[in-house]
Amino acid sequence: MTDATENRMSFRTRLTAPFRHVDRPVLTAFGCILLLLLLGSLYSSNFLSLEYLLQQLKVASFLGVIAAGMMLVILLGQIDLSVPWVMTMGAMMACAAAGFGTSGTILAIPFGIFCGTVFGLLNGFGVAYMRIPSMIVTLATNVVAQGLMVLYTGGFSPQDSAPTAMRWLATGFIIPGVPNAILVWAAVSAAMVFLLTRTTFGRSVYGIGNSERAAYLSGIDTRRVIMIAFAVSGALSAFGGVLLAGYASKAAQAMGDAYLLPSIAAVVLGGTSILGGRGSYLGTVAGVILITLLQSILSVMQMPEAGRQIVYGIVIVAMLLLYGRGPANQ
Amino acid sequence: MTATQLQAASPLFRMEGICKRYGGVRALEDASLAVEAGRIHAILGENGAGKSTLIKIMAGVVAPDEGRMLLEDREVAFRSPAQAAGAGIACVFQELSLIPDLSVADNISISNPPHRFGLIDRAAQRRLAEEALARAGAEDIHPRALVRDLPLSRRQMVEIAKALAWKPRILILDEATSALTAGDVAKVFAVLRRLCSEGLALLYISHRMHEITEIADDCTVFRNGRNVASFAAGTRSGNEVVEMMIGREVSSVFPPKPQRRREARPVLACNMFSWSDRLHDITLEVCPGEVVGLGGLDGQGQRELLLGLFGVLRGTTGTVSIDGVAASIAGPGTARAGRIGMALIPEDRKTEGLMQPMTVRENLSFAALDRLSARGVINRDKEERDIDEMVRLLAIKTAGLDIPVGSLSGGNQQKVVIAKWLMRRPRIILLNDPTRGIDVGTKQEMYQLLRRLADAEAAILFYSTDYDELVGCCNRVLVLYDGRIVRELEGAGITEHALVASALHVDAQPEAVA
Amino acid sequence: MSEWRYWLNEQRGTLMGLAIFLLMFCVYITNHPAGLTVNVAQTAANKGVLLAFIAMAQAMVVITAGIDLSVGMIFVLTNCIASWIVVGTPMQTALGVAGVLLAGTICGAINGLLVVYGRLQPIVATIATGAIYFGLALLLRPFPGGSVNEDLADALTGRLFGTIPSSLVALLGVVLLVWLPFRRSEIGRAAYAAGSSEAAAFMSGVPIRRAKLVAYTLAGLLAGMGGLFLTFFTYTGEAAYASGSGYTLWSIAAVVLGGVSLYGGRGSAVGAIFGAFAARTTGDMLFVFDVDPLWQPLLQGMVLLIAISIGALGLLRVRNRLDWFQ
Repeated sequence: MTDATENRMSFRTRLTAPFRHVDRPVLTAFGCILLLLLLGSLYSSNFLSLEYLLQQLKVASFLGVIAAGMMLVILLGQIDLSVPWVMTMGAMMACAAAGFGTSGTILAIPFGIFCGTVFGLLNGFGVAYMRIPSMIVTLATNVVAQGLMVLYTGGFSPQDSAPTAMRWLATGFIIPGVPNAILVWAAVSAAMVFLLTRTTFGRSVYGIGNSERAAYLSGIDTRRVIMIAFAVSGALSAFGGVLLAGYASKAAQAMGDAYLLPSIAAVVLGGTSILGGRGSYLGTVAGVILITLLQSILSVMQMPEAGRQIVYGIVIVAMLLLYGRGPANQ
Repeated sequence: MTATQLQAASPLFRMEGICKRYGGVRALEDASLAVEAGRIHAILGENGAGKSTLIKIMAGVVAPDEGRMLLEDREVAFRSPAQAAGAGIACVFQELSLIPDLSVADNISISNPPHRFGLIDRAAQRRLAEEALARAGAEDIHPRALVRDLPLSRRQMVEIAKALAWKPRILILDEATSALTAGDVAKVFAVLRRLCSEGLALLYISHRMHEITEIADDCTVFRNGRNVASFAAGTRSGNEVVEMMIGREVSSVFPPKPQRRREARPVLACNMFSWSDRLHDITLEVCPGEVVGLGGLDGQGQRELLLGLFGVLRGTTGTVSIDGVAASIAGPGTARAGRIGMALIPEDRKTEGLMQPMTVRENLSFAALDRLSARGVINRDKEERDIDEMVRLLAIKTAGLDIPVGSLSGGNQQKVVIAKWLMRRPRIILLNDPTRGIDVGTKQEMYQLLRRLADAEAAILFYSTDYDELVGCCNRVLVLYDGRIVRELEGAGITEHALVASALHVDAQPEAVA
Repeated sequence: MSEWRYWLNEQRGTLMGLAIFLLMFCVYITNHPAGLTVNVAQTAANKGVLLAFIAMAQAMVVITAGIDLSVGMIFVLTNCIASWIVVGTPMQTALGVAGVLLAGTICGAINGLLVVYGRLQPIVATIATGAIYFGLALLLRPFPGGSVNEDLADALTGRLFGTIPSSLVALLGVVLLVWLPFRRSEIGRAAYAAGSSEAAAFMSGVPIRRAKLVAYTLAGLLAGMGGLFLTFFTYTGEAAYASGSGYTLWSIAAVVLGGVSLYGGRGSAVGAIFGAFAARTTGDMLFVFDVDPLWQPLLQGMVLLIAISIGALGLLRVRNRLDWFQ
């Protein structure tokens, strides 16, 4: 049995040698993106226009920032279900801070991200040091974050709207024609690629995802790494919320609900194993674009929400069956 | 030979020409065995002689590559443990097959519960369990107790009762007494004798020589995957049996051992080191340039000792000192740090030593990342240089540095585990059975490497289940039994005979197999 | 140890769930302005029963060391189906009920097939199927509406003999007819075995795959029952996304409160029911203490956070640090 797997592995390695860092799931995901664009262009030639593509990238950038954090956590073999309300909290707190004069306006965005980081640290502490399953911890902190926000807003949508800085960050243009949100996503992506491939932290994340035992026995402080990863995920969720609030000009109660499942799906469709340890950031980018495009095309085709959900679910199941299956026997 | 007598009596169960390979390693080669009803048949052999594989084949856990099995002269083949049990062969495994969250009664009738109205008949199940527990001499275990709440020795009794519930004709006990207390062993023996008188055939595998002396009718010795001798118990002395187990083949070539220099000061020492009920008052020291072996039967606390020194265990007592200064080692992170400079080559390559799907490169630099980076950013040139050096030094054969380490051969994987620690240039190296399951050629390279490291002033603590290796590589050997150091062998005193004898604890036992 | 102490030990998780619930309920009742009247009991029961069904469903799957993130969506979908077909003559209504339960069962079976034979990770697989189920619900009820056989609805949400809430009786019936047979069958025991130690279960020749498939399927059935009851309470069907995902999340919380281990093999669906009631009472309790309803989600979250932290205390007993990484 070991011989067979060895042969197969070395064969596959030889086959994919030219694409060493671009594995099959990533190629499949990009293939699907092209296919979607092609199908869309049959429907309307607008789908291949630069304007439409940039618009899609801008919409994708909110999901992209959140999925980057989610990927870090999934690489560890964990999951972060606190995304919806940590995101909302980031947005609301940033908007709230902006209400406090000039210094508040300056600190608005950092403050929003800071709040997300605190909740991320709480998640990380529960998972890494108290060894509670991440699904439970993050579920509970999500409820706590929701409770805090409900309390803060008094049950209504907050009155304070997004300050100009946030709007500019999401919708302004430094480079003419390219929305800033895309640049922000690009910057986050660059940082993530650097983090995952060039730093000891990134290597540790992959190592822990593959075998926390082995990583621990290699002298890595695995608990610290896990806690930091959750903190980063919290920070990026909040940042995603800040961007989204800037885009929508205000923070709203349930704004985060629509981002939890797509962020997990994007990471997994990009070829990252939900069991941790495997996956490239490029895949997550592909997954984010794929999901955004899918949603956009379904809505442009005026497919009702119901059909969109069904197609969305079937596509995920189909792609998972293609390349997300577990080992054949125990 | 008495073996002919055994065959003449038309045995209940026979195996002939059994071969089994795991990857490149052959576990059994043309092995045969005959088991008679109403007798207790002991299987003897060193670690890795093929005993475990043999009984796994008998019990339907693995299928043989070649050979046939005959039950009452009818050829049989088992696809699962349940099938073997149905045919009348039940096995008490070394690694427990009990489900911790179910009750004792549930476990005993897990694969063939009594039914009533389509559901499990709890009353009948309970009666069955009580019956089986009584037959196993463990009436004190309540059928409703949860297995996870029972101590290890009680679980072992449940395991025996579970096997008996099948009403087997052949019962295999694989190291079934290793977790039992002396009182329990006596009880189990009484039970075994009674079962035997009821016409059951018993296959008994144990490392405890005196137990075999006490209970067995027939003995078969295995060596290197073959059965080398069968005889009636009592016809060979303990020494003769030990010799049969060791054999007289050409042993491996080991590099010469330099004389131990007396003036060296111990770099690693521990005093009255204890942990839980697994380690008791271990006192040892290892000097630079010295290879100290840990001997004894498998599972006598050697692994725990290495893990304990590496800071993995909580609640250890006693002191550990480095260079004569007491050190508190809170975990692998502190153990590997500069002042201490300790490395542990763990026991299980697959889950503890390597991250299988990650590349050779990533695995090699993983333990030394802090040294290869500045402010958390990996210096790729330095990483490249160090890795190249290691690959050359250990002659790791790989198609490239960017392929998954899991695709390398076992021997090369083990080299990667060692190399990843050598990247830190450790002063103290703990090795936990590093040559298990690797080919002979790589083993030779390992021995050379160990000696080279020792020559470069490293202090090495080396646990091996292969006695030959301990003899060939070590300056001193500490033999552990039940978590204690029972004997220290040095220089010319390290012989395979002395190792096996002190590991089996036979000096304390009567010499002849009565 | 005498017999009942073994029983206590076996049921520890469930009894803990019961204790938490009783404690909360007592505090709730003693502070309730009306005290324990038939009306108060009926309202409390009807609220609790919905989550109880979903929590039972979740417990089925969690016992096998899996998770079903689509239970809430099956609940919503069956609610929408029921609002179409559980109407008309008693005969038609009966067929409608059967149809709703069948739909739930099929949804569960699809999850089971994907996890067992498709070898997909339960988390992602059920997220995806959840989207599909919600889409179907939306297809059936783009806007809230529909109706239900009101006689049946009133009978099942009213009172039996003027005192006992009939929804509780129905829940009890389901426990007796679905859970207990499962628990006492070979397949149910296999589900526990698979969750407790898959390797040991395999060595013992336990039918692991069949057990998991049955667990997911029954989870679908139970979620379908929940959907049916939701229709009886509201008389309408509504494809509410927030309600579906909320029920999924709270089902996990209820399972944990009810003493079911997320690592599998421990706990019971009965415990999950108590967990569900406890979770529901937390919300109501804040009402009787006259806490500003705005505080309610926050306090619920805190209770949840504290409850799960207690479970982490066992960590202090670990003596080999490698045991952290199971």
